[in-house]
Amino acid sequence: MSCWPRILYVRRVYFQCILAGMSVPFTLLGLLEREPSHGYDLKRDYDAYFGRGKPLPFGQVYATLARLARDGKVLAGGAEPGSGPDRRRYVITEDGATEFEAWLAGPVEPEPHLQTVLFAKVVLALMLGRPAENYLDTQRAAHLQRMRELTEIKRTGDLVDALLADHGLFHLEADLRWIDLTAARLASLAEVVRSEAASQSSGGSR
Amino acid sequence: MTRRAVVRARSQAAASSAGGCVVEARDLVRSFGQTPALRGASLSVSAGEILAVMGPSGSGKSTLLHCLAGILVPDSGEVWFDGRRIDTAPDAERSMLRRDQFGFVFQFGQLVPELTAEENVALPLLLGGIRRTKALADARQWFRRLDLDGMERRRSGELSGGQAQRVALARGLVARPDVLFADEPTGSLDSLAGEHVMELLSAAAREQGTTVVLVTHDARVAAYADREVIVRDGRVNSLARGGARP
Repeated sequence: MSCWPRILYVRRVYFQCILAGMSVPFTLLGLLEREPSHGYDLKRDYDAYFGRGKPLPFGQVYATLARLARDGKVLAGGAEPGSGPDRRRYVITEDGATEFEAWLAGPVEPEPHLQTVLFAKVVLALMLGRPAENYLDTQRAAHLQRMRELTEIKRTGDLVDALLADHGLFHLEADLRWIDLTAARLASLAEVVRSEAASQSSGGSR
Repeated sequence: MTRRAVVRARSQAAASSAGGCVVEARDLVRSFGQTPALRGASLSVSAGEILAVMGPSGSGKSTLLHCLAGILVPDSGEVWFDGRRIDTAPDAERSMLRRDQFGFVFQFGQLVPELTAEENVALPLLLGGIRRTKALADARQWFRRLDLDGMERRRSGELSGGQAQRVALARGLVARPDVLFADEPTGSLDSLAGEHVMELLSAAAREQGTTVVLVTHDARVAAYADREVIVRDGRVNSLARGGARP
């Protein structure tokens, strides 16, 4: 058996376990790209759009913002008076905006179970008036390229390689179906995002 | 050199002098009554390339394939094959082109039920004027190649879906066409049978240097292609990342 299946397995586990966590900083940058915000507002918006029953802990919000500030991706304003947690307003920097743009435009590594990251990209793109359809198209192309590679492994490898490649192919195919359905529903999703944004702003920030 | 070989050599020479593009659609518009199917579709296919045309149902991908193959005439726009404009060519010329230089595989109902499998495969050769004995001998060579040994004398009703589709594939390739047009060739098959057909199709096309235009909504089928385009609302969106095969 070639080393391909092991490499694929390690990469899949890496992306499942690590990549999802890595998208939180970019998601916060995206929310800050929309407008300067307090940590509390960022958490509220993150939970509303992306949390879906798994809210982002306050500790992770502030730790992430601190790292982004340390790396020059956001600027933290001075402490504002009031009780409760950190009341600094965070603003995205030029570096932060550039990094966010690159993340948004680039395809996610085509591995199974990436919907969370891709979903965040689509919602952020709609929220910021960016071409969400183009991002989905870029992702579709990356997926098909990976499927071509796996198909080649199937064609040239032994049965075990073929079965493992099939496992990857079926999962990538499921992702692609999700991409196609999302592309077909972008207009409706844009309306939902806009109405959620409107209700968030009419509710006012803290 | 046979007439077919001369035509083929001329075609390949023309394709290479035109930068490798063998089939091209320029700004095609085609409606059915009041319903627009193509709204300015443009596409070019390189010689020897396997191109997957993908897109949702009703997006116009089959109409595009039929226009490229000279089956349908667009309302406006141009279709070029081998340096010749074919959408304005007379019906007889387009028929000859489909007979001599194009091959076809569709999803359903392709085999003539009264004929045996080998007679079905030999049909394009017989229509091209090749003697029956020679045509059937050429056709039989495809049965081993496509894992159809022993099926030569069966009729379509005695074949499984996968076997019938492989017979149809053999018929599409037996005349060594320059371009094979395949519209959902695995659409009626289960995953395993569909995969078998695609493996054989891509291997045979590679071996013969046949260009393939493959309409499919199935990403696993498209993964056998060198490149894919998406048809959406009657227009073509190129997403290519993969290059032409080596």
